[in-house]
Amino acid sequence: MAYSPHTDADRERMLAAIGVASVDDLFADIPSSVRPTSFELPPPMVEQQVRAELARLANLNRIPEISFLGAGAYRHLIPSVVWEVIGRSEFSTSYTPYQPEVSQGTLQSIYEFQSLICELTGMEVATASHYDGATATAEAALMACRLTHRDRIAISSAVNPQLRRVLATYCSGPGIQIVEVPADLAEGGSGLTLVGAAAAVLDEGVACLIVQHPNFFGGLEPMLELGDAAHAVGAQLVAVVEPVSLAMLEPPGAYGADLVAAEGQPLGIPLSYGGPYVGLMAAPMSAVRQMPGRLVGATHDVEGRRGYVLTLQAREQHIRREKAASNICTNQALCALAATAYLSAVGPRGLSEVAELSTVQARHLAAAIEEAGLGERRFSAPYFSEVAVRVPDAARRHAALAEQGIVAGHPLWRDYAELGDTLLLAATELTSDEHVERLVDALKATA
Amino acid sequence: MSSYPDDLRYSKEHEWVRVDGASATIGITSYAADELGDVVFVELPAIGTRLEQFASFGVVESVKAVSDLYAPVSGEVTEINDALADNPELLNSDAFGAGWMARLTLSDASQVDELMDASAYAELTA
Amino acid sequence: MSIAEGPTAADDASGRGAAFHSSPGGEELTIVERLIFDASREGRRGVRFPQPSSRAQEAAAGQPALPASAMRSQAPRLPEVSELDLLRHFNRLAHLNYAIDLNFYPLGSCTMKYNPKVNEWAARLPGFAESHPLDPDALAQGSLAVEWLLAEQLKEISGFSAVSLQPAAGAQGELTGLLMARAYHRARGESGQRTKVLVPDSAHGTNPATATMVGYTAVTIPSNDRGGIDLEALRAALGPDVAALMITNPSTLGIFEDQIDQVITAVKAAGAIAYMDGANLNAILGRFRPGEAGFDVMHFNLHKTFSTPHGGGGPGAGPVGVSQRLEPFLPVPLPTLVEGDADEVRRDAWDGRSTPGARFALDWDRPQSIGKVRMYTGNVGMFVRAYTYIRSNGAEGLREISDDAVLAANYLRVGLADAYDLPYDRICKHEVVFSGRRQKRQHGVTTLDIAKAILDAGIHPPTIYFPLIVEEALMIEPTETESLETLDRFIGVMQRIADQATTDPDALRKAPLTTPVGRLDEASAARRPDLRWRSESRAW
Repeated sequence: MAYSPHTDADRERMLAAIGVASVDDLFADIPSSVRPTSFELPPPMVEQQVRAELARLANLNRIPEISFLGAGAYRHLIPSVVWEVIGRSEFSTSYTPYQPEVSQGTLQSIYEFQSLICELTGMEVATASHYDGATATAEAALMACRLTHRDRIAISSAVNPQLRRVLATYCSGPGIQIVEVPADLAEGGSGLTLVGAAAAVLDEGVACLIVQHPNFFGGLEPMLELGDAAHAVGAQLVAVVEPVSLAMLEPPGAYGADLVAAEGQPLGIPLSYGGPYVGLMAAPMSAVRQMPGRLVGATHDVEGRRGYVLTLQAREQHIRREKAASNICTNQALCALAATAYLSAVGPRGLSEVAELSTVQARHLAAAIEEAGLGERRFSAPYFSEVAVRVPDAARRHAALAEQGIVAGHPLWRDYAELGDTLLLAATELTSDEHVERLVDALKATA
Repeated sequence: MSSYPDDLRYSKEHEWVRVDGASATIGITSYAADELGDVVFVELPAIGTRLEQFASFGVVESVKAVSDLYAPVSGEVTEINDALADNPELLNSDAFGAGWMARLTLSDASQVDELMDASAYAELTA
Repeated sequence: MSIAEGPTAADDASGRGAAFHSSPGGEELTIVERLIFDASREGRRGVRFPQPSSRAQEAAAGQPALPASAMRSQAPRLPEVSELDLLRHFNRLAHLNYAIDLNFYPLGSCTMKYNPKVNEWAARLPGFAESHPLDPDALAQGSLAVEWLLAEQLKEISGFSAVSLQPAAGAQGELTGLLMARAYHRARGESGQRTKVLVPDSAHGTNPATATMVGYTAVTIPSNDRGGIDLEALRAALGPDVAALMITNPSTLGIFEDQIDQVITAVKAAGAIAYMDGANLNAILGRFRPGEAGFDVMHFNLHKTFSTPHGGGGPGAGPVGVSQRLEPFLPVPLPTLVEGDADEVRRDAWDGRSTPGARFALDWDRPQSIGKVRMYTGNVGMFVRAYTYIRSNGAEGLREISDDAVLAANYLRVGLADAYDLPYDRICKHEVVFSGRRQKRQHGVTTLDIAKAILDAGIHPPTIYFPLIVEEALMIEPTETESLETLDRFIGVMQRIADQATTDPDALRKAPLTTPVGRLDEASAARRPDLRWRSESRAW
């Protein structure tokens, strides 16, 4: 074994102490009828070899030189100091803080994380984190069902399609029905959730209305009106948000969101082909006992020192077992730590600068494409940092650009039949004027 | 062996009931509170809820355990102990007094006779 | 309560946290670290970003502006700190943590083994870290290759015919597994009648909680007096109303189910799905392949068996392996080799070569799939680490991992048998469960007291009060990466504590005395929850 500390003499000593002749004797209780007939794996590698193998595989990925791909995961600057913090092995090689006396580092950092998420969202309580934004949303939806004692969920079709598939899976368990609220995707439409259509599907059997803001197409939703429509029938408004945008946009707590869920990846977490990321969830204090997942609270020790503990644990599976609100056990503590370090590193001004640059470059991008006559914005509504643009012959050109190391956003026609030739283009603070220029040039060259 | 108040009746699920005419007050015993440890939260039914004898009517949580509450008698809830919301520790400090949980109008007074008296309950928990 | 800001050694006469003071009166290395918010000063900056160019701003001006009504009136109150202050804050918090990289961490059921550093090197390679989950397949061949190869290896290790890497953690693997079980019964027209999931009383709490999430009723099966599942009780509970059995093997008692063949046969005869909770796979690599033995589905915990870091409670990864009959129901998308010969690609990879013409893609076209359980394809950063680990160890190394893990646990079993009660005194696998009932009954020293006394010895305590069927349980999992000296030292500490329980039990009840904080008031924390910093308490 690559990391064994044992010498042959050590093993002999242990066998003698146990009183067995060989290690095989320790496995004698495995019935002979079910012993393995195969275990064909490659031979071990020393570090030099294993590095070469992993470098080989990493190099099979072609990281695009220029990318306008977002659609739920975003390429942002990860400050060096954030890498440094999450690299501390006192954080990475600890586990769930079951022994708070020797886990104050993890516990306090989660308390700070919860505080930061409350500040961003304008909510009263945030969990210690979830697997990702989609599972946080699904758990929020199930929580709304428990809070309202209802078993139907309404969700806008302008919510990320992969997220909606995850929600469908989670709802299939307890048999919760999902109703889709259409968005205005017509020619010349806003690209936003239709308030009238929402009101039409909402009734006293619906637990919540789930709306993404900015929505999947980058558009700013009429959250106040949609919230009013939900509240009129006693349903909750679940806001799915993007944390960087909250540097500029009104926090969900201010427009009446009852529950908030988000993907936290933009806060200092590498893309890593989709994970690990971190799901954020926030709620009012009155709903805390229906929240799934871990919570850290402040308290004091026997001598009056301030300290932190896992709290309200009776909600959780290890105590409540089959009556638990969720089976969630781990959180994404190390990713939450990255988000905590990121938000502390950039501070309120840095986060505003990131948001501001992203919105400006998204507009720059859309304007440059329109000016060059290469395409047109598909929707009329104001957008944040992503914009849907129709470009003739988009599939071919998207593929041709990818060959040159330019990813021209996310093709929308795969999930929305009515959005043929439409690309969803994202900008971040890493999007430069030169990137915009080169995209325009490359699109021209494929005309 | 512990001793328990003589004017109460007790269920096997460690609830007590004090009957006062057509009205009954219910709670959990000091034995149950000790077994749970530090109680941190009590979930009680709304006023007007009809409780069935031996059916679950709420939940009590301690730091490391959670337990259902089972009504010792049937009846309609007329009052709940709001003090438990802010001071759940009353269950640990005064289970038979300030830690009472709910008052009911009894639907069937004869149910009380099925419950244990103090000495029988003391024997159960010995 | 007041927040102590930077107490000096002199303030803290107890000597608590002495290790955190570099020198007498040192003010910088404090044992109480204030909140990052309390370090904030208006106008202080950490990381800065460029301004948008005038060209970009001019171009943007013609686009729809952000409506004032959607904007927030007050900036979020994030901390304003310098980069150095930030780093010191988190480094000091790191000092308050216990970790595998500091000392022995025998937390049962969690497999706190060494997390090799080359794994971290690999996961941070830009080729992996900067790969976008929606990049066209043509640009993501490296990520897809890692997923495909890791799945191939997990198949061989477990004996299952297919693996999905998608679930984010063990508990989500359970959810995935039970959803597939239900889809299977539904496809056979039996979903209406099969409503129960059988779970032994020694199971992790996630098992019954998962059953509920899927809409099943969890039914508890008792253990027998040898710590195994009660086969007669199991047979009696099995019937046409049972959807699945979820069984942890080796069990949470650290015991291999020596009638596992009969268990599987009985479950299958009843038409139910046999689910194995793979939390304890570290004990049986190369010794037992659940898929080959007849199980239908199992989740792996990459953060246990395959050494990905626990991260203070996550992220983990919980891939599931399935038998042929569950394969159609796997989550989408499934990374697939679409061009090239699987044997050849595998063989080449084993030799560290890429196969010319091989091409991987995501297969979304799986009509019977249960759908998606999370975004994208899984915690790929963890897959890179697990793949690195498997390649570092190879077949022999993996076998040796289990051999040494089991050897170490049995060494502790024998070494502590006199000091503590051993409710199931038989050969164990990767962990051994003692009971502190003798210390509690005879000396009034609880298992919690014992755990806190272990902290004072500079060691992380075992898992306590689990499994629930053992009174005052102490669940010890040493793992394969601890030296004999460490194991001997732990035995010495545990024996000394058992002695102290008889001679000076009061001292144990006061432990821990050397940790940064003493026992914390968990009851107050839960009665009056304080779950976030509030700006009202801001000092400035």
